[in-house]
Amino acid sequence: MDLKELSRDESRGMTLIVKTISRLIMSFVILFGCFIIIYGHITPGGGFAGGIILTIAYVLLLLAFGGKVAMAKLSNFWASMWDNIGALSFVVIGFLGMTGGYFFLNFLDHGSPGHLVSAGMIPLCNIFIALKVGAALYAIFIGLSVYGRIVTEEEK
Amino acid sequence: MNHTLPLLVGIPLGMAVLTLMLSKASARIADITAFLTTLVTAGIAFTLVGAPVSTYWMGGWFPPFGISLVFDGLTSIMLLIVNLVAFLAIIYSLSYMEKYTAKPKFYSLFLLMVAGMNGVVLSGDLFNLFVFLEIASIASYALVGFGVEHQELEASFKYLILGTFASTMVLLGIGITYSMTGSLNMADVANTLKGMPSTTSMAFAAGAFIMGFSLKSGLVPFHAWLPDAHPSAPAPISAMLSGVLIKALGVYAMARVMFNVLGAAPIYMDIMLALGALSMVVGGLLAVGQWDMKRMFAYSSISQVGYIVLALGLGTHLGMIAAIFHLLNHSIFKSLLFLSTGSIEHATGTKNLRKLGGLGQKMPVTATTTTIGALSISGVPPFNGFFSKLLIILACAQAGQWFLAALATAVSVVTLVYFLKAMRFSLFGELPKALKNIKEVPFPMAFSVITLAVICLGVGIAYLVAGPAFTEIFLQPAADALMDGIRNGSSSYINAVLGG
Amino acid sequence: MLSHTSLYILDMALMGMGVYALIAKRHIIKKIIGVVTMEYAINLFLILVGYRAGGIAPIEDAQISAADLAARAVDPLPQALVLTSIVIGLGTLALMASLAIKLYEKYKTFDMSEINRLRG
Repeated sequence: MDLKELSRDESRGMTLIVKTISRLIMSFVILFGCFIIIYGHITPGGGFAGGIILTIAYVLLLLAFGGKVAMAKLSNFWASMWDNIGALSFVVIGFLGMTGGYFFLNFLDHGSPGHLVSAGMIPLCNIFIALKVGAALYAIFIGLSVYGRIVTEEEK
Repeated sequence: MNHTLPLLVGIPLGMAVLTLMLSKASARIADITAFLTTLVTAGIAFTLVGAPVSTYWMGGWFPPFGISLVFDGLTSIMLLIVNLVAFLAIIYSLSYMEKYTAKPKFYSLFLLMVAGMNGVVLSGDLFNLFVFLEIASIASYALVGFGVEHQELEASFKYLILGTFASTMVLLGIGITYSMTGSLNMADVANTLKGMPSTTSMAFAAGAFIMGFSLKSGLVPFHAWLPDAHPSAPAPISAMLSGVLIKALGVYAMARVMFNVLGAAPIYMDIMLALGALSMVVGGLLAVGQWDMKRMFAYSSISQVGYIVLALGLGTHLGMIAAIFHLLNHSIFKSLLFLSTGSIEHATGTKNLRKLGGLGQKMPVTATTTTIGALSISGVPPFNGFFSKLLIILACAQAGQWFLAALATAVSVVTLVYFLKAMRFSLFGELPKALKNIKEVPFPMAFSVITLAVICLGVGIAYLVAGPAFTEIFLQPAADALMDGIRNGSSSYINAVLGG
Repeated sequence: MLSHTSLYILDMALMGMGVYALIAKRHIIKKIIGVVTMEYAINLFLILVGYRAGGIAPIEDAQISAADLAARAVDPLPQALVLTSIVIGLGTLALMASLAIKLYEKYKTFDMSEINRLRG
């Protein structure tokens, strides 16, 4: 079954009401998460909070449509890949600071405080942290809910 | 400014992630990346021996505001131990870990643990000490349970619960220290505390620190997790846990915080003396009754860490030298013993002494290295363990603690007894029928244990031939860093960090 | 309105509850709850350390002078520490939960006193 059929299958996930609402809300949740991440250096929030909100969008999908649909959208392979990419980029940006003389030096132009493009590499760090946290939390959620199901003797 | 310092944390951290990514393409790559990473960090640690005291300002933010990495004599010897043992353990894992699935995940966690330990010994402020302590701890919880069988999971869970409790205690101590001094930079805290009368709050903080770090190092009233966790882990991890983790996270962190930050009040020294003596005796006595080889060695670790903490608690210069020397030696021979036991388990499938015997005929290499390790740890000359134990006993006597000197001597006899038992039942005697077809272990495993055995003998001979020079290069800077806290209230440490 | 001291006392009581659950309870999940309660009590403690009654957010802007900000703002450092410590707590909690699931799969029980293959 492809993704469309899976998401229309009434035997999976919750009721039609929940599914419809989730489908409508999900894009807004992602948008809000991106806002929190991108404005992280000038408003409350940041990479960690924004990453969690991004995860929540996918967790919503998982709860409403069931594990299969969520896994088809973002498999645990890609979750772990994005997790690694986020962490690696974060370390790489630390090493890039060494070009300016120090590990984790804020080597980009600082700009003027309060503007969106300011604070040098901090917005970049926020984006990578969001990738790392969001993907890792999603992988944990998948691990505990889908793979973590206790397999009893009868099922084996 | 020494630019290699952040590499020791950054490289293993980055490679831990990269290893996992690359292994999706081919599992073989993980072997190579892990090997190269630990080779590079061990190389860096070697080049740093004898380097002058230096501070690294992360991101160019100067202390006490920024995060700083501090390198001094004590850090130097710890980095050497951590990265050397990690390198040899990785070589050993190349063939030992074949029997487990998910080898790349093992390497990734292993490198994370190395990054955490390097961070703990390099960190110049209390909160980063805590963060790196947690990185190393979380990686080690997962590694202890790596086999995912009954015993591994049980041991991992116990270790996790007690380890988290310990970390929470450390964080409580850090919180109180911050509220009293308004700073987290170790040198700045030490500087502020020097000008303050001692308060109940700081005593409470010191108690929380001692409890947390004692739990991490497995000293006796807090040792419940250690004899479960060390035998259940895969052999290279047992070697890392016993050889370096309990020292970097427990003994080093306790020594650094007690001597260089809180300022070595006599009452803290007495507590360390008492904890050390208790661990030394109880660990030794409990080890005698064990029939599981790794469990026996785990109890032996408790006993030997007791020696180190006892010597630290003496607070004399000779005590410091003896403690650092024993710390260095113990990490070498205990990792040697755990790796050798791993070889025995790999070949025979058991670590129960009742089912072993006569391995000397079938596994000459492993038998020789096990013998060298056992002779070293029980303090037989000319191996390295003899000299450090002699120094500890002399230091006790010099400090006027005749009772402790006698106790240390008696426990070293007990050590000899249980290692003779281990050797008698594993290496000598009749070869059981079930073990007729065992073979010697493959080359990478043999290479690691032989290297460690050579280092054991080499350190002993080096000390015998050129004792003063050896002390001068390896032990004196570390002992000076600790004595600085006792004699002049860490003033040279504070100057190095804040004045530099 | 609670005074500062009583907040500290309540926080320590919360921590005591965590330690009690950790030591006295045999159920694995209850032990985990104990550990988490303890961690959160410490986080609360750190927040209390930086708390200032009637304080303002430590954000620099044009309307407030630097000296005034230093006098009135809450201490931002403990908040940064707590954020880090919460992340660490999340990692530990995930590991504890997965270990609990695996332990149940192997031992068919959540009772810690029945999970006792390691003795001696």
